[in-house]
Amino acid sequence: MNWYAIKAIYLSELARTWRTPMQSIASPVLSTSLYFIVFGSAIGSAMASIDGISYGAFIVPGLIMLMVLTESTSNSSFGIYMPKWSGAIYEILSAPVSAFEIVVGYVGAAASKSLILGVIILLTARVFVDYSIMHPFWMVLFLFLTAVTFSLLGFIIGVMADGFERLQAIPLMVVTPLAFLGGTFYSISMLPDFWQKVTLFNPVVYLVSGFRWSFYGVADVSIVWSLVMICSFLALFLVIIWWVFRTGYKVKV
Amino acid sequence: MTTILEVKNLSKRYPSGLQALNDVSLSIERGEILALLGPNGAGKTTLISIICGLVNPGSGSVSVDGYDVVRDYRKTRSKIGLVPQELSINMFDTVWNTLRFSRGVFGKPANDDYLEEVLRSLTLWDKRDEQLQSLSGGMKRRVLIAKALAHEPEILFLDEPTAGVDVELRRDMWRLIAKLRSQGVTIILTTHYIEEAEEIADRISIIRGGEIVLTENKDQLMKQLGKKQLILHLQTPVTSLPPEFDDFEIDYDAAAQRLTYTYDSNSQKNRVTEVLGALNRADIMLSDVRTEQTSLEQIFVNLVEARA
Repeated sequence: MNWYAIKAIYLSELARTWRTPMQSIASPVLSTSLYFIVFGSAIGSAMASIDGISYGAFIVPGLIMLMVLTESTSNSSFGIYMPKWSGAIYEILSAPVSAFEIVVGYVGAAASKSLILGVIILLTARVFVDYSIMHPFWMVLFLFLTAVTFSLLGFIIGVMADGFERLQAIPLMVVTPLAFLGGTFYSISMLPDFWQKVTLFNPVVYLVSGFRWSFYGVADVSIVWSLVMICSFLALFLVIIWWVFRTGYKVKV
Repeated sequence: MTTILEVKNLSKRYPSGLQALNDVSLSIERGEILALLGPNGAGKTTLISIICGLVNPGSGSVSVDGYDVVRDYRKTRSKIGLVPQELSINMFDTVWNTLRFSRGVFGKPANDDYLEEVLRSLTLWDKRDEQLQSLSGGMKRRVLIAKALAHEPEILFLDEPTAGVDVELRRDMWRLIAKLRSQGVTIILTTHYIEEAEEIADRISIIRGGEIVLTENKDQLMKQLGKKQLILHLQTPVTSLPPEFDDFEIDYDAAAQRLTYTYDSNSQKNRVTEVLGALNRADIMLSDVRTEQTSLEQIFVNLVEARA
């Protein structure tokens, strides 16, 4: 194992975050805080509680998950796409580093950034709403698995993208809508029967539900299903990445 | 001398159908400088890319210091440094950070003393804290060389190292390459500048249409294929050459009053003395005498055209 290479890629990617603190940290924290203020403190105070949880506290897990999903995907896709775009990828490809080590470096850095942001937002939420964490271990596990899984998805998008538009297409057109419609702002039990069934095809539902369960002990779907789904996505993305490197698709000819 | 790089029957066809390399074999000795010459699209970059791991090989094999570039890629790649043709770097990094990254990604522990030495040798030490985007084109190219040297490679590939750089920097590069060679680094460079190959290479390999046309010691090549010309400017105007010269293959430019005798520089049987004797017998006075050797550029053009 080339640990020096993993460390070099990991630190280089994290350095990008510290070089752009406004874009990488302040911006997502601010935008999520606005949700807490508007939907949590302002509108939330006038809304009924859901499953015995105040609306402001109810949306905290969903909003953290929304941010972790989108940031993991965009950080990772941008991280691998930029050297591809600039041509600097030649150095990684000519180095004595395996595909696994490349993925650990890039995905590890992207997931770390998202986790750091997740923690910052969790702490920021405390300023606006009161929440509790019933199962801290499961909360950390869900956050970690989600950050890694969607960083893997971002890595795949970054490798396959052949332009900035395509780089942003899936995060903006697929991930964000799924996150919004995945129960971030509501319990799926509030939907009509038909839409409840349709919603179950949205993978983000399982992530938000499991994550919310770790906070308050209530969930839209079984915690086991949430774990199975997140692990299934993790496995699927790993297989796709393995195939990408095995075939050299858009990386080597 | 021991062989450090061995390419055997290497072929590569791209998915587009382009046959970039066709049965290429090449052997490179440790510590030598080999210039790979060839027109655009000849296969130079594909060959380098396969050796460095950027492109998957088709058939054939490549070994570096006895290790196969596919099977033992960790060992082979750690021995190789690559300076690409394009300025492909993360422009937002500082010089120092990009060097530390290069060393790390090639599996070497941090060694700030060595990196300082590299930067000083490339006159980049004062720029170590500057972002790459703020450097001039020439400085960026030096950074690429510094990055390639950051992990102390045994073989350095330079893909068009002086393309688009000014004369002064080109001379600096040549001095640097000579210095690296004196430190035992094997250097393979591709270039369009024949004078560059003529100036610094030990051996020349000419590639065309994905095939190695020849690989030869540079001096040997110039001796074998080089023609020499004896150019005589006449002081005595003559409209045509007298019969004494019928026996020689000589070009005469009456307007310029110039007589050119072409001979094989490698042959001991040239007739320079006889030509001069014939001039003496014909009582033709000379205003100037000079000789010219065929340049590597002419040799290259002749070889490429001969096989076209």
